Amino acid sequence: MDSLYRRFQIEEVEVTARVLDKDVIQPQTLKGPELQRLNALSVADALRYFSGVQIKDYGGVGGIKTVDIRSMGSHHLGVFYDGVEIGNAQNGVVDLGKFSMENIEEISLYNGQKSELLQPAKDYGSSGTLYLRTRRPKFEADKPYNVMVGMRAGTFGLANPSVLYEHKLTDNIHLSANAEYQFATGRYHFRVHKVSTDGKTAWDTTGVRQNGDIQSWRAEIGLFGYLPRGKWHVKGYFYNSEKGIPRAIIRNVWTSDQRQWDRNAFVQSSFENTWMAGDRRLSLLATAKYSYDQMRYLNPDTTLMYVDNEFRQQEAYLSAAFRADVFSWWEVAVSADYIYNHLNSNMSNFVFPRRHTGLIAVSTAFHYKWLRAQATALETLIHDHIERPAGLINKAAKDYSRLTPSVSLSYQPLLTERLYLHAFYKHIFRMPTFNDLYYTDIGNTALRPEFTTQYDGGLEYTKSLKLDNNAMKGIDLHVKADGYFNQVKDKIIAVPKGNSQYRWQMLNLGYVEIRGCDINAGVTMHFDYGVEWAFNGSYTYQKAQDLTDPSKLEYGGQIAYIPWHSGSIVSNLSWRDWSLHYSFIYVGERYHTSANIRANYELPWYTHDLSISKMWQLKGWRLSTTVEINNLLNQQYAIILNYPMPGLNGKLIVRAYI
Amino acid sequence: MKRTNIYVLAILLFMTACRGDELLPPTETETRGDKQSGSLRGFYLLNEGNMGQNKATLDYYDFEKAIYTRNIYGAANPGMVQALGDVGNDLKVYGNRLYAVINCSNLIEVMDKRTAEHIGTIEIPNCRYLTFDGAYGYITSYAGPVQIGNKQIGYVAKFDTATLQIIDTCFVGYQPDEVEVLGNKLYVANSGGYLVPNYETKLSVIDLNTFEVADSILVAINLHRVRKDGEDMLWVTSRGDYADNPARLFRVNPLSKQITDTFELAAGDLTICGDSLYYCGMDYAAGGAMSGIINTRTCQQVSTSIVTDNTLIDTPYGIAIHPDSGYVYMTDAGTYVNPGVLYCFSRDGKQLWNVRTGDIPAHIAFIYK
Repeated sequence: MDSLYRRFQIEEVEVTARVLDKDVIQPQTLKGPELQRLNALSVADALRYFSGVQIKDYGGVGGIKTVDIRSMGSHHLGVFYDGVEIGNAQNGVVDLGKFSMENIEEISLYNGQKSELLQPAKDYGSSGTLYLRTRRPKFEADKPYNVMVGMRAGTFGLANPSVLYEHKLTDNIHLSANAEYQFATGRYHFRVHKVSTDGKTAWDTTGVRQNGDIQSWRAEIGLFGYLPRGKWHVKGYFYNSEKGIPRAIIRNVWTSDQRQWDRNAFVQSSFENTWMAGDRRLSLLATAKYSYDQMRYLNPDTTLMYVDNEFRQQEAYLSAAFRADVFSWWEVAVSADYIYNHLNSNMSNFVFPRRHTGLIAVSTAFHYKWLRAQATALETLIHDHIERPAGLINKAAKDYSRLTPSVSLSYQPLLTERLYLHAFYKHIFRMPTFNDLYYTDIGNTALRPEFTTQYDGGLEYTKSLKLDNNAMKGIDLHVKADGYFNQVKDKIIAVPKGNSQYRWQMLNLGYVEIRGCDINAGVTMHFDYGVEWAFNGSYTYQKAQDLTDPSKLEYGGQIAYIPWHSGSIVSNLSWRDWSLHYSFIYVGERYHTSANIRANYELPWYTHDLSISKMWQLKGWRLSTTVEINNLLNQQYAIILNYPMPGLNGKLIVRAYI
Repeated sequence: MKRTNIYVLAILLFMTACRGDELLPPTETETRGDKQSGSLRGFYLLNEGNMGQNKATLDYYDFEKAIYTRNIYGAANPGMVQALGDVGNDLKVYGNRLYAVINCSNLIEVMDKRTAEHIGTIEIPNCRYLTFDGAYGYITSYAGPVQIGNKQIGYVAKFDTATLQIIDTCFVGYQPDEVEVLGNKLYVANSGGYLVPNYETKLSVIDLNTFEVADSILVAINLHRVRKDGEDMLWVTSRGDYADNPARLFRVNPLSKQITDTFELAAGDLTICGDSLYYCGMDYAAGGAMSGIINTRTCQQVSTSIVTDNTLIDTPYGIAIHPDSGYVYMTDAGTYVNPGVLYCFSRDGKQLWNVRTGDIPAHIAFIYK
């Protein structure tokens, strides 16, 4: 940890979680200063540095950003905010562009699941899981409060002020409150340049991205309590935004008037405690949440179908988990969750779906010297209820239940070296969402769940060396590599319903096999005079084949928007209060559909980002300043066909810690 | 510092080496079938492309050379910014010109029928289908003025084929689709597709002398296609409501305004050649692909499958008949997101050849010599 953040992170002991080895298989984690230095505006931006992850980004500040983990599709990623799942029964995908990085302290991505036994059953219910942990209050010995005022401003008309206040109510109860406002015009120049096969320019045009504006505010208030053998927290979250929905740049139409309003509110709490019975531990984790989400979508463009729809979702969530030691090396746990979802809308012929989900997970973990193992069986029970409007047939809600297993193993060949060989297997599904099943005219109640099966094997090695030569004082090394094979069955796909394409239908159509490898490596060198250089790289290879129909051209083709090769490099050089940060992201060639023909080819893209930070020590308070320049080469690229991304852009970040 | 230099150099190499030029979509040719001589030069096929992808493309089949060319528009007009546009919806030849309706790009692309070279455009928002009579073209549009309840009335625009200027408009029903000229009347199939579940049910009848709506004919909900036959009868399709009301095909007497015959089938596309009406489409209720032939004179179902060999067509989408040889050209849109296939069948339904097309191959227009 560099000096920049040392004082403020005074109680942060988990410098490298890898050392603690809580998990059978370590997640990819970004936290603390390492995370802050990435200067990511949203969670989606930060996730680009993980391996095995592809971000679908439609450009700009307000545009939707979703995450595809190991090519299984964005519906298969469970997202947890301070330990409690974020649900979206309506469309099953959490827009990670919506989650600001301002208050996030740690992001962890698990392929498969977290192997912590004391967790809700929901944590076992996704193919991959993302944990977002917000900042917990930490206090210096003589100061019972913290104040931080921050401002981010930059291109796209971005203005993003934020304020944080933390108070030590008692030694064991801490309060945290923070608020943030974000405004951006989302306007940026883009250029499209097409070349003929003879190398001559065919056409070359520039434009300004329109309707990518956003205005949002977020407020959070939380209480964190600490018990001798446990902890609890209560949190309230409020988010309100209005944004434009930028459209595809197509011939003759470059602008859009479509708008979206989001309002999200939730209250969540958890309580965790451990009791001792002799030398055996018995632990309880209880979690509860209520959330209310409102979304309004407006298309006022009268050349198209006028749409003004509002959706209101409610979710109630209750969970209890128990963990007990059988022996000191063997734990068993059981957890039970209940989730209630309700969706309301002003759409015509709407069926107002309600879903009751019961989840029961039984799991066990074993740790004997060089061997760690964990196994879980998850039973999912789902009952949907719909109100059928008169005259509508083919609408029957079905009950569904399924038992799904997962197993993970880790083996440490030499107890003196932190080298681990690991493997996991997981079979899980995602339920069709309310939109898939019941969206007026489009939904298909005959849909089956979409199943994924994952097989993974890999190794992880961590080494810290203390050196005694003149220049270099120490070196930390970390390598993690995984190879995997995934299957996605009964993929849920939208297809047009007959001629004239404004009607769609959802079908279980598709089988995908994914063979891939993820590699992460990092080295941190500690030099004399407080100079530190950290270098991290990630690389992903994925062969994600559409194996749906052997008679088709696309059979065996790489699925849409998944590159074979992608990776990132992050380098940070710090000296005293200065820090120089460079990052590089590379996404290799792709096709925008699984028919891998030249007409569907998408060029690789890569961005270079550079930032410089300085911490200023002033009387009684500190000031941190960062200047950031992104996409240094002003590369004109698109992640999604016809959605141009911004070229050269920059930000200025100032934070005052009082 | 030496190491840093090497590292910088490696990065620079990486930057310059990996990203090439963004190339235009390719134009490709393939030989298919036997060379044919006759009154026809060839046909164009308009691929719709998926909404938002800007991938409408035009293909061409040359009868004399027996060569199929994918994306001939791209080759003929390499400098056209964003090429043909987003979602092709109709294709017609009239005079020496080829007209492609590009729905989401809000325009009609007018081309030379021999070269597919750009001549001009007619800008009409949310344009759907077109037809011609005399010196004028008629095109339907969903995007009329906004009414109470944010409903937009549809209209037919009349344009001069010489100047490509719109000279008149006539409001019809909601979301009008196909138009057909019969006598001095224009028949417009109104769908009401944006008003689910309150679909339109009528054909609008426009008097071509006054260019005003003179009458209407009640047929069924969600009308789509309207074509005349040799007996001056109209064949009209209803898409149904995808629930209780199935898709249907009707024969309508335009003089008595009566439905004379009803067929319960999903004719996504149809074409009339002589006394035969060929149709194909997807019937989701009955479970999939369908095609057939109806005698327009006797109103008997002659065939319930145009294909008589073991050719499997996933998603029959467009159909055309060679007026001389009677060959059947049927397109398969597949899963819609990937390139489709054009099949050529002999008069008796045996596959002669097939070729890969663009995405969602749909509309065929023959070119005479």
